[in-house]
Amino acid sequence: MMLWVNVAGVLLIALIIWWFWMYKGGAGSASVSGPVTITVVDGVYQPSHIQLPANTETRLLFLRKDPSPCASVVVFDQLDLSQELPLNEPVEIALKPLPPGRYSFACQMHMYQGELIVEAAAQG
Amino acid sequence: MQPKSVPSQTGYSLKITGAGCQSCVAKIEHALQAVPGVTAAQMDFATRTATAEGVVTPQALLAAIEALGYGATIEVAEASNTPSDFTLLHIEGAGCKSCQVKIEQALAQLPGVQDAQMDFPKRLVRVSGTATDSELTAAIKALGYGATVVADESETETPSEVTPQPVTQSQISSGAQVVEAECELLIEGATCASCVAKIEKSLTAVPGVRSASMNLAEHSATVQGVASVDALIQAVAAAGYHARPRGDLADADLIDEKDAADQAYYRKLLRDMVIALSLGIPLMLYGMVTGEMSVNTEAEQLGWLGIGGLTLLVMLLSGRHFYVGAWKSLRSHNANMDTLIALGTGTAWLYSMLVVLFPQLLPEMARHVYFEATAMIIGLINLGLALEIRARGRTSEAIKRLIGLQAKTARVQRDGQEIDIPIEAVQLNDRVRVRPGEKIPVDGRVLEGQSSVDESMLTGEPMPVVKTVDDTVVGGTLNKSGTLLFCATRVGKDTSLARIIGMVKRAQNSKPPIGRLADLVAGYFVPSIMIIAVLSALVWLNFGPEPVVAFAIVSATTVLIIACPCALGLATPMSVMVGVGKAAEAGVLIRNGSALQNASKITAMILDKTGTITAGAPQVTAIQTFGSLDEQAVLRLAASLEQGSEHPLAESIVRSATEQGLALSPVAHFEAISGKGVTGEVETQILLFGNDKLMQQHGVNIEQQTPVARQMAEQGQTPMYLAVNGALVALVGVSDPVKADSKAAIKRLLESGIRVVMLTGDNAVTAQAVAAEVGITEVFAEVLPEQKAEKVIQLQQQGEMVGMTGDGINDAPALAQADVGFAIGTGTDVAIESADVTLMRGSLHGLADAIAVSRATLRNIKQNLFGAFIYNVAGIPIAAGVLYPLSGILLSPVIAGAAMAFSSLTVVSNANRLRLFKAQGAQWEAR
Repeated sequence: MMLWVNVAGVLLIALIIWWFWMYKGGAGSASVSGPVTITVVDGVYQPSHIQLPANTETRLLFLRKDPSPCASVVVFDQLDLSQELPLNEPVEIALKPLPPGRYSFACQMHMYQGELIVEAAAQG
Repeated sequence: MQPKSVPSQTGYSLKITGAGCQSCVAKIEHALQAVPGVTAAQMDFATRTATAEGVVTPQALLAAIEALGYGATIEVAEASNTPSDFTLLHIEGAGCKSCQVKIEQALAQLPGVQDAQMDFPKRLVRVSGTATDSELTAAIKALGYGATVVADESETETPSEVTPQPVTQSQISSGAQVVEAECELLIEGATCASCVAKIEKSLTAVPGVRSASMNLAEHSATVQGVASVDALIQAVAAAGYHARPRGDLADADLIDEKDAADQAYYRKLLRDMVIALSLGIPLMLYGMVTGEMSVNTEAEQLGWLGIGGLTLLVMLLSGRHFYVGAWKSLRSHNANMDTLIALGTGTAWLYSMLVVLFPQLLPEMARHVYFEATAMIIGLINLGLALEIRARGRTSEAIKRLIGLQAKTARVQRDGQEIDIPIEAVQLNDRVRVRPGEKIPVDGRVLEGQSSVDESMLTGEPMPVVKTVDDTVVGGTLNKSGTLLFCATRVGKDTSLARIIGMVKRAQNSKPPIGRLADLVAGYFVPSIMIIAVLSALVWLNFGPEPVVAFAIVSATTVLIIACPCALGLATPMSVMVGVGKAAEAGVLIRNGSALQNASKITAMILDKTGTITAGAPQVTAIQTFGSLDEQAVLRLAASLEQGSEHPLAESIVRSATEQGLALSPVAHFEAISGKGVTGEVETQILLFGNDKLMQQHGVNIEQQTPVARQMAEQGQTPMYLAVNGALVALVGVSDPVKADSKAAIKRLLESGIRVVMLTGDNAVTAQAVAAEVGITEVFAEVLPEQKAEKVIQLQQQGEMVGMTGDGINDAPALAQADVGFAIGTGTDVAIESADVTLMRGSLHGLADAIAVSRATLRNIKQNLFGAFIYNVAGIPIAAGVLYPLSGILLSPVIAGAAMAFSSLTVVSNANRLRLFKAQGAQWEAR
C-alpha cells in the first residue's frame, strides 16, 4: 500500500515539474498588421505566449480586467520596459523591432507570466 | 498661410474577373456607385474593365466587387497629382490615439506607399512613396477624417487657420464647420447584448452620427459621423451608462480611476472576508471549546455534511477569485498565489468531505474535519489583500501630489476673447493669461507682465523666481504676485511637468538589480512549494505517527498556505515606488532602479566647479593693466574678441563690457584653443586672451606679471592674460561666486562618508582657493574638458564607486563614464533624460538628499527582502512539521493563513515607512 502511495507522490512531483517547467506550449496568436490584444484576467495573461516576427515593429494592446493590484503593472525585464495598466482601459505598448529570442513579461511580483516568442522566420 | 487646395477626385481602373454576362455589368456598376464617395462608375464588358471616380479607396472598390462574388484588381490609379517622395498631410477630426493607428494603417495599405507616420500632437502625417496626394487624402477621407496636403509643418502652426480646434456642441448648433470623424468611446456598465442595442440606439440618435457600433467584449463603441464627443457621452449617460473617449485619459483621471477601482475591489474583499469569517470563527471557537471536530456518529456525519455545504458556499462566494485564477493559470502552465490558496483550502475541504462521506475508509483517529481552516484561510487572506490595497494606495502619494500640481483649466485668448478651457484643449502658441494666485497651466514664454512665481513644488527651491517678458514659465508652478500673459510653448504630454511625471512613473516601475534574485525565485516559487507540500505529505505518511493521513493532510495544507511569494515579489517594487516618489518631492529625479541602487553605493563624488559648486555666472572682478591701454580699452578689446565664444568666462567678459556701454568691434580669424583661451584679430591687432599656457605657447613674456596673477588666483579669481601683437597689456580677473549653500551641502556629503573631489579646468591656485572655501581637500585642476572622463576612470581604478555631478551639457562624457551621473539643473529647464539622476534645483543639497534617499530606499529593500526570505525559509519547514519531533508542535493551517495574509502587508507597510524620510536640504538652508 505505502509503495503505491509513494509512487503516486513521486509521479505527482514529476507531473508538477513537467507541467510548470518543462512544458513548452504552442504560441498564441501572432499578428503583424494590427496590435496583439492581451487580456489580463483572473490571474493570467491571455494569450500568455505570443509569437511575433523578428525585426518588425509590433503593438501590444493590454486590457486589464483583473482588479487585483498585482496586475496593475506589466514589466518586460529584458526590454527595460514597464507600463501601468489601468482597469478596463486598453493600453497600447509599441515594441521596437526585436531580434529573435524569448522575452518574458510579468507583473511586478512575477506571479502573472507571459512570453513573447520572437522568431526569425516570417510567419504566413 | 492658406493650405494648398487639393484635387479630391481620383479615377481607378479595375480589372474584373468572373463576369460572364451583361447582367453582371449592371450589377457591378451599381455596386461601385453604391460605394460611399464614388461619383461615377462604368464597366466595359468587352475588356472586363471597370472605372470608378470619386473620393474613395481602392480597397473599398475591391471589397464591393468581391462582395458580389467577382474578382478584381486595380489596374491604374489615374492620379491627378504628380508623385513625390513624401507628402505632409494635415488631419482634421482625429480626436484620439486610436485614430492615429487607423490612419497610419490605411495609408500604409495604399499601393505605392512605403511608410506613413503620424505626429499625433501636430495632427500631421508624413507619407513616403509614390502615392499621389489625392489618393492619400481620399484614403483618409474614406476613414471619416478631413485631410489637407501642406507644404511644410509651419503651415499648421497658425492655430486659427489649420490647427484642429476642439469641437463643442455650441459650434455644431451655430453651424460651425465640423469635420466628419470617427471616435472610439469606452463604455462602462454594459453587461449584456440588450445594453449594446440600447447604447447603439442612443448614439445613433445623436444628430450628426452616421453609425455607431459597440463591442461588448472590449467595452468600446465606435462612432462615425459629425458630432462632438461631449454630445456622445451625454447620450450614453442618458441611456444609463458611462462613456469616455478611449486612450485620452489625463494623468489625474487615471489616478482617480485607479482609486475608484481599488476602492471597489477593497469593498469586495472586505465583504468576502466577512462572509468567510462569519462561518470560520464560530467553527473554530466550537472546535476550541468542545475539542470535537471529528465524525464518529451518524448525527455528526449529517451535521458536518451541512457545514461542509456551507463551507462550499463560502468557497464559491468569497473564494471564487482564487479558484478561477488558479484554474486559469494552471491551464496556461503558470502557478501563482491563487494556485497555492486554492490547493491548500481545496485539499482541506476535500479531505474533510471524505471524512464526512466515507468515515469508514479512514482510521478512527483520522476522522477529523478541517472546514474551519478552509473558511478561516479564505477570510484571512481576503482581509490581508484588502489591507494591502489600502497600504499600496499610500505608496503612490508622491506621484499623486505631482499629478495634482496640474491645473485643470487655462484661460486663453481665442478670437479676441479670453475663455476658460480644459487644460487638454490648450494648443501650442495659445496666448494664456494667469492671474495672481493661479497655477500656470502649461509651459510657455512670457509675452506681457511681471510676477514672482513659486517653483518650489518642482524644484524644491524655496525662493520665488521673478518672471518677466521673454522668461520661461513652467506648468504646475504657482503665479504669486502679478498677472502674466504668455505664449504656450509646450502643451499636453510635452510639458516639463508631464515629462517629470512620466519619468517618475517609469522609474517607480523599474527595478534595481538587487530585486533580480527575488524575481528569479518568485518565478520558480509556487511549483517548488507544491513539490515541498507533496514531499512533506510523503514523509508524514511514511514516518509519521498515527493518524498519518491527518498529519499528512495538515502538513501539506499548511505548507501550501504559509508560503508567500507575494512578500518576496513585493519587497523591491514597493520600496522603489516610495523612494523614487520621495526623491521627486525633494526635486531629485532618479531615472531608474539601477541608478537608485548605484547612488546608494557611491563612495566618491566628483563635483565640477563651474555651475555646480559655484553659481556658474562669472563676473569680472579685477583688471590690472600693464601698458598704455586703460581698463575700458582692455575690456572692450577682450569682449570684442570673446563675443564669438560660448565659454561662461567669455560671456562674463562680454556682459561686463555691454553693461558699461562699450561698443564692440568685429573679430576676424577667431580661434578657440580648448583649455587655454582664444585668439583673433580685432581692429587689425592680433589678440591673445587666455591663461598662462596660451601665452607661453605664443612666446609672450609674462614672467614679471606672474605674482599679480598668483595673487588674483589666491583670492579665488581666474586670471586671464590679454596680449596685443605679442605684448602683454593686461590681466583680467574673473571670479565665479560660490553658491550660498555649497559649503553646507558638501559638509553633508563628507559627513556621510563620501570622498568629495573637485574638478575644474581652472588653474590650480584658483581651484585650491575655491576648494578651501567650501571645505574640499582633493582637487583635479587644469583639466581639459576631454580629460574629465579620464579623471572619473582614475577614481574608479582606485576601487571607488564614482558619482559625477555636472551641468549635464559640457560634462556628458564624464557623466556617462561615472557609475552615477548627476545633472544639476538650475530651474526646471533641464534635459531630464540625460543623466541617471537629475537635480531640479541648483543647490548641492539635492545631491546629498539624492544619496540619502537612495541609501534609505536600499536599506528598506534589504529589510523587505530579508524579511520575506526569512519568513519563507523559516515558515515552510515549520509548516511541514520539522519542529514536531522535537516539541510536538505542528502549525495549524489557520495560523499559516494568518501569517501569509499579513506577511505581504508587512512588506508594504515597511515600504511605507520610507514616506517618513525627510529631505534635509530645506532644513540646512533654513539654518
